[in-house]
Amino acid sequence: MSEYEKFDYDVLVIGAGGAGLRAAIEAKHRGLRVAIVCKSLLGKAHTVMAEGGAAAAMGNVWAEDNWKVHFRDTFRGGKMMGNWRMVQLHAQEAPDRIHELEAWGALFDRTKDGRIHQRDFGGHRYARLAHVGDRTGLELIRTLQQRAVALDIEVHMECKVLKLLHNASGELSGAIGYQRPTGKMLVFGAKSIVMATGGIGRSWKYSTNSWESTGDGHALALWAGADLIDMECVQFHPTGMVWPLSVRGLLVTEGVRGDGGVLRNSEGKRFMFDYIPPIFAAETADNEAEADRWYEDHINNRRPPELLPRDEVARSINSEVKAGRGSPHGGVFLDIGSRRSAEYIQRQLPSMYHQFKELAGVDITTEPMEVGPTCHYVMGGIKVDADSAATTASGLFAAGEVAAGLHGANRLGGNSLSDLLVFGRRAGMGASDFAEGRTSSTELLESEIEEAIAEAMAPFHREAGENPYDLQSDLQDTMQNLVGIIRTGSELTQALDEINVLKGRVKNLSVKGGLSYNPGWNLATDLPSMLSVCTMVTLGAIERKESRGGHTRDDYPGPDPELGKLNFVQRLTESGDYSVTPEPLPEMPDELKALLEEEGAH
Amino acid sequence: MAEVVMRIWRGDSDGGQFEEYPTEVYEGEVVLDVVHHVQAGPAPDLACRWNCKAGKCGSCSAEINGLPRLMCMTRMDTLPEGEPVTIAPMRTFPIIRDLVTDVSFNYEMARRLPPFAPREPDADGIYRMQQIDVERGQEFRKCIECFMCQDVCHVIRDHEENKTNYAGPRMFIRYMELESHPLDTNDRRELLRQEMGIGFCNITKCCTEVCPEHIKITDNAIIPLKERVVDASYDPISWLGRKITRRTKKSAAEAANYRTDPMMSKSQ
Repeated sequence: MSEYEKFDYDVLVIGAGGAGLRAAIEAKHRGLRVAIVCKSLLGKAHTVMAEGGAAAAMGNVWAEDNWKVHFRDTFRGGKMMGNWRMVQLHAQEAPDRIHELEAWGALFDRTKDGRIHQRDFGGHRYARLAHVGDRTGLELIRTLQQRAVALDIEVHMECKVLKLLHNASGELSGAIGYQRPTGKMLVFGAKSIVMATGGIGRSWKYSTNSWESTGDGHALALWAGADLIDMECVQFHPTGMVWPLSVRGLLVTEGVRGDGGVLRNSEGKRFMFDYIPPIFAAETADNEAEADRWYEDHINNRRPPELLPRDEVARSINSEVKAGRGSPHGGVFLDIGSRRSAEYIQRQLPSMYHQFKELAGVDITTEPMEVGPTCHYVMGGIKVDADSAATTASGLFAAGEVAAGLHGANRLGGNSLSDLLVFGRRAGMGASDFAEGRTSSTELLESEIEEAIAEAMAPFHREAGENPYDLQSDLQDTMQNLVGIIRTGSELTQALDEINVLKGRVKNLSVKGGLSYNPGWNLATDLPSMLSVCTMVTLGAIERKESRGGHTRDDYPGPDPELGKLNFVQRLTESGDYSVTPEPLPEMPDELKALLEEEGAH
Repeated sequence: MAEVVMRIWRGDSDGGQFEEYPTEVYEGEVVLDVVHHVQAGPAPDLACRWNCKAGKCGSCSAEINGLPRLMCMTRMDTLPEGEPVTIAPMRTFPIIRDLVTDVSFNYEMARRLPPFAPREPDADGIYRMQQIDVERGQEFRKCIECFMCQDVCHVIRDHEENKTNYAGPRMFIRYMELESHPLDTNDRRELLRQEMGIGFCNITKCCTEVCPEHIKITDNAIIPLKERVVDASYDPISWLGRKITRRTKKSAAEAANYRTDPMMSKSQ
């Protein structure tokens, strides 16, 4: 029998980004025994990278704003494929969640009358993002982290979860993972589990995501029998750094455009005016003069096309580069230096200023930035009930990027941070309700524990196997080249073949060194998640024979109204195969449908 | 492309040594890129922390050619050409392995901080604060918790025994942030003096020099804190003032005793 240390909780939260922390806080408020398990140190999760802000219709800058407008913007921005109830709850509850952060110590930028300032972002009709300069994610995670510490919530840092575990009756009852510093196995019994593990971007070569974003939660949920939806919908953020290669893919906040920055091609032209799609034509300026007036007067002018939703902007940049009008290093130019004062730029966008200065040697107050699309976010994920965040696997809840539904086929900037807060809290509530009502044993099946440990340790016992870094690099090439921003049927099939080959190779990994803080081994244990996730993205992309939001097919260039009414649900069959099943979207009530049709201000 | 020799400390709590890895370097790369080349090649088990690779998460702190730096923000072309690049773990914290240290001291000090305790919101349920009033705290909230200020602080770098009663620069800016927070009602000044060792700092400004966020740790946090602590303890007029006016902040004893933490019990 293998050795491990055992813990018991009511609610186990996997992931310590915004959603995980917010869920744990909620369960702790309820007086439950709760613990967080996270892959990095506390406070380093990917939320820290979020720059622009958290969208909430507080109406502090534009009194015309309210949850109904936010509902409309989010649903339309998601190309009508969202879960209407999630979109509604998010729009209604985001302001309270932001205000609550202030009661926990957050210091947002202020309006002149002392309320929380809000900034403009793509796809939002009004300035709606609560922010702190361009480091809002840091503020959010630090506030939640400090709240969690004040509440004395137990945290198992630098612990990678390998598998979810069951009791003898087959009920989900815990998880197993290992401590990265020691390699020691930890087993957690829990009445309910909140999955809050974030995204999947590590499987692409150029990504804004860190090493952590390997889709562990997506895979753990899949393996535990939960349904996932919309996995083909992956957001490529339009503005990642492209040069130097070392930082290629690094995020350049949409706030640059929200604060006045514009995109130009090699001819100096503001090309976004050429790419306004019919769905947004009525609310988008078609000339530079109107677009420039909008910053001061949102009521009588329409939004600049640079602030179209991210999928539109990313595809447009891609087309410009393909047409030979790109920048020297294969991007386009993002220019704020010629449009705003140096002082304004340094105040509004301090970390962008710093990032370009130090990493690219570019002074953004005088020179344009070179930017291009980079893998950023997955809209798809674990299917959840809107109100309780319950997944289709009993006892498993999910929130944040790992959950799906709110963002439909495309996420608006700023809706992610508010998503974490709104649905992190709801997942905490749902998991607490479940834990309080649960009477069955959380005694875990020893055989599952043994199996998970044996699988994790296997690479140490193989002589002359493959280096996990080589496998990761090949997977990133496959996803970047064949399942990127523009997809086509034959390439997707080829990708699936290549992923299947990699699945064979992952069984032959070998690692050297010991158990203590061994990144090679850690990567070997991440690769099974990455391969499962990449399989789902590719299968979904093959099935969805249309272009919508974060899924663009060269061979099916337009949206198909019938496919737009469907989620593609993925799950494992009893024999362990992946199945993809179309299911209709939840039917929206008429009063909400009316909100979508309302044209209102533009 | 050029070649550079990376001299990286390898070992664990039982000891270790520098090992040399000749490695390729490409245009624009930072130290962390080159460490990743070493991992992907000759040393897949080389331990280092990193996450964002953009200077925002504070994970990849190390001592590069003797100076604490973020590996992700140190461009290779800023280091002396043709010479080996030496990378060592932060010295102040116990080694786990290679470049990874046990930074739990910082999390323990965060746990001992009496938490934020806001006043009641305005009548409509929201808080109003002026930009100028939040900016003081915002400077300190830029902190990415890289812990390099703690690493260079002589009080704990050279004196392990001080770690039980010294919060260190990272936490001093947190105390100052709360001290200047427009909404907070806790008074932590006595705790700072008696338990958190604010008096040990002799203002050498080493912490300020290494801060990747350019927070003026010494000038804007530590010196004002020292002044406020002295005012609170020794100034008879403010002592009398506290006795006869209605206090808006909790007493130091109340603030210090909020936990039943064994490490705190001696202050009770």
